[in-house]
Amino acid sequence: MTTAASPQAAAVAPATSPTATLPPEAASAARAATTTAVRAAPAADAPQPTTSAGVRATARIVARHDGRGGTALPVLAGEGPLAPRRTRGSGAEARVLLVGAMSGPLGGDRLTVDARVEAGARLRIGSAAATIALPGQVPGPARYDVRLTVADGGELHWLPEQLISAHGSDLYVTTRADLAPTARLVLREEQVLGRAAEQPGRLTSRLAVRIGGRTVLDQELACGPGAPGGWDGPAVLAGHRAMGQLVLVRPEFARAPVAARVLGEGAALVPLAGPAALVSAVAPDALRLRRLLDEALTELDRACAGPPGDLR
Amino acid sequence: MSRAALLVLADGRFPAGGHAHSGGAEAAVRAGRITGVADLADFCRGRLHTAGLVAAALAGAAALGRDPVELDAAADARTPSPALRLAARKLGRQLMRAARATWPAPELDALAREFPKGAHQPVVLGLTARAAGLGPEEAAYCAAYESVSGPATATVRLLSLDPFDATAVLARLAPELDQVVERAVAAARRVAAEGVDALPACSAPLLEIAAEAHAAWPVRLFAS
Amino acid sequence: MHLDHSHPATPAVSADAHRPDGTRRAVRIGLGGPVGSGKTATVAALCRALRDELSLAVVTNDIYTREDAEFLLREAVLPPERITAVETGACPHTAIRDDISANLEAVEDLEDAVGPLDLILLESGGDNLTATFSKGLVDAQIFVIDVAGGDDIPRKGGPGVTTADLLVVNKTDLAPYVGSDLARMAADAKAARGELPVVFQSLRGESGVAEVAGWVRQRHAAWTAQA
Repeated sequence: MTTAASPQAAAVAPATSPTATLPPEAASAARAATTTAVRAAPAADAPQPTTSAGVRATARIVARHDGRGGTALPVLAGEGPLAPRRTRGSGAEARVLLVGAMSGPLGGDRLTVDARVEAGARLRIGSAAATIALPGQVPGPARYDVRLTVADGGELHWLPEQLISAHGSDLYVTTRADLAPTARLVLREEQVLGRAAEQPGRLTSRLAVRIGGRTVLDQELACGPGAPGGWDGPAVLAGHRAMGQLVLVRPEFARAPVAARVLGEGAALVPLAGPAALVSAVAPDALRLRRLLDEALTELDRACAGPPGDLR
Repeated sequence: MSRAALLVLADGRFPAGGHAHSGGAEAAVRAGRITGVADLADFCRGRLHTAGLVAAALAGAAALGRDPVELDAAADARTPSPALRLAARKLGRQLMRAARATWPAPELDALAREFPKGAHQPVVLGLTARAAGLGPEEAAYCAAYESVSGPATATVRLLSLDPFDATAVLARLAPELDQVVERAVAAARRVAAEGVDALPACSAPLLEIAAEAHAAWPVRLFAS
Repeated sequence: MHLDHSHPATPAVSADAHRPDGTRRAVRIGLGGPVGSGKTATVAALCRALRDELSLAVVTNDIYTREDAEFLLREAVLPPERITAVETGACPHTAIRDDISANLEAVEDLEDAVGPLDLILLESGGDNLTATFSKGLVDAQIFVIDVAGGDDIPRKGGPGVTTADLLVVNKTDLAPYVGSDLARMAADAKAARGELPVVFQSLRGESGVAEVAGWVRQRHAAWTAQA
């Protein structure tokens, strides 16, 4: 069931994705509109191993230093709704976009992304559109697991579009990044509760970052109907409908950690207990959240003593 | 085991520094997110199911005798805000002082040597419960209750709330406290086989973000 | 509590007279009293009077964090590393009496930061007439009232006035303007306190804080002599 995509044939520029340039709300609407069609007529090259338990699919990406200053992708394989495509890279960095075939996760689905960056390789992964959790035919929660591994001297940018929890959906998403001591990471996650003016589904999201085997961040956020009480109250979200995390791991933070700073009303930059920094943010909507995180990243980029270059 | 020891440990007057901390309530009051009893109840409920659950599980695991150094690292990973990590360690150090005077035990002395500036308070709390002859449930109850009693008491002072109303908020949370403790202890028991990843990691973004803002205020009533 | 004697490498528990390494710790003197009676001004004057002969430091317990500490910093009576503030959660009397843990930590941290001290002054946040320091925290306490707060305070008594090791009646220079009867205050204080000493002082006057500084010197000498 694995389709190894050839980089040439599958090259997709981000702008050709129908939703990539739309604001998140419009993107969500477009996604919602295409969802049914995609599920009813799965792409021929991506057979969906649908069972009574929902879809099980894994995307695998391996990035390897090619010995000539670039990064090769010896494994780039998708399944069902998960389709990774190589896009034009920049310098030593390979770029991958998770595209189109994503219609889920629906109830009962079990999706996994497994991305591995080997020693000295540089990889950037994005997604062409927001991911929407939707209610499915199969009862029970959907699961979406992201496993990111970065070896020494490797660098990964994991910058997918928003995860939107649609009314009636139930999703448990976990992201785990395992980094070698000198690996580098830029990770952004954004959760949006409901499409425009919609009540959210149930969403539980756990994010863990390990550096050299030591967990420096482990955070779970549970919200929506059925979540433990108080999730929308003054201690947790207070009516905010979008929340995001931006994690930066750089070996040099061990010597010179970032200084904690409040970034406006709903966001703060903090040094973690390890060579890592976190921007945690809540906002009324996805657009304002993205603006907050973009500004934070730009500022960190400027402040960081690391090599020049755009962190995004 | 003496159940009465639990009353001593859980007493709001137990001299372990808690009175100077609002559990995020001062920041929430200033931001206009707590204006009365209903908001206070919602705030406490949210804190209970996030920071309270995590603290209860850490305390339960420490009371079961799991490695406090690993538990302390797990607490760090579950507390992204450095202001809250510092507050937890200060409170841990203060509790340690009170605990060693009240229930002297070699395990407490060893932890005090390992963390001269303080281990995370729930870890110290769990070991204190152990030294007092209490079990993981009692330790978890203490931690869960502290996660809501602190903000309730602080809000009485900050907003001049009717203290009967604030106490009623705590009483109405009792069934949820039971649930949180049950969940916390179940997770704590899994640590022996699965390691500290089995502990809950429930978080409250606004508690973390607002704690950083609060720590930067030049003038405030509470330490956190 | 002298639990430490069996665990010499661990931090002190409470009022132990010795540091973990066995040396005799600094003498700790508390200053309490109502708001505006001149506690912070007295602390500042004591620092100026004693800083050349004793290694000293100050812990403040504000209602609002750091106000008093910042006054002392502005006045530059001591280097900043010798002044620290304890946050009291809107209850300064709790931090000096019922739950002294934060203050004990502050004392330990000061000695960690600047080395062994001879004297630590702990100033309470301005509170009421009942606020007193725990014996687990201080070795002696000074209660500061002033003539402008009403000349009936010594008569009214209360734990501070009655039991403090030294009662300071401050701002005597204002007595004529506020109609306070110093003789009556002295008589009432004598009645309430018996043999316990009372000092009438005006920090604006020629002798300033000299008498109180002398009393502090005596306490320090007595503490050291017990070693």
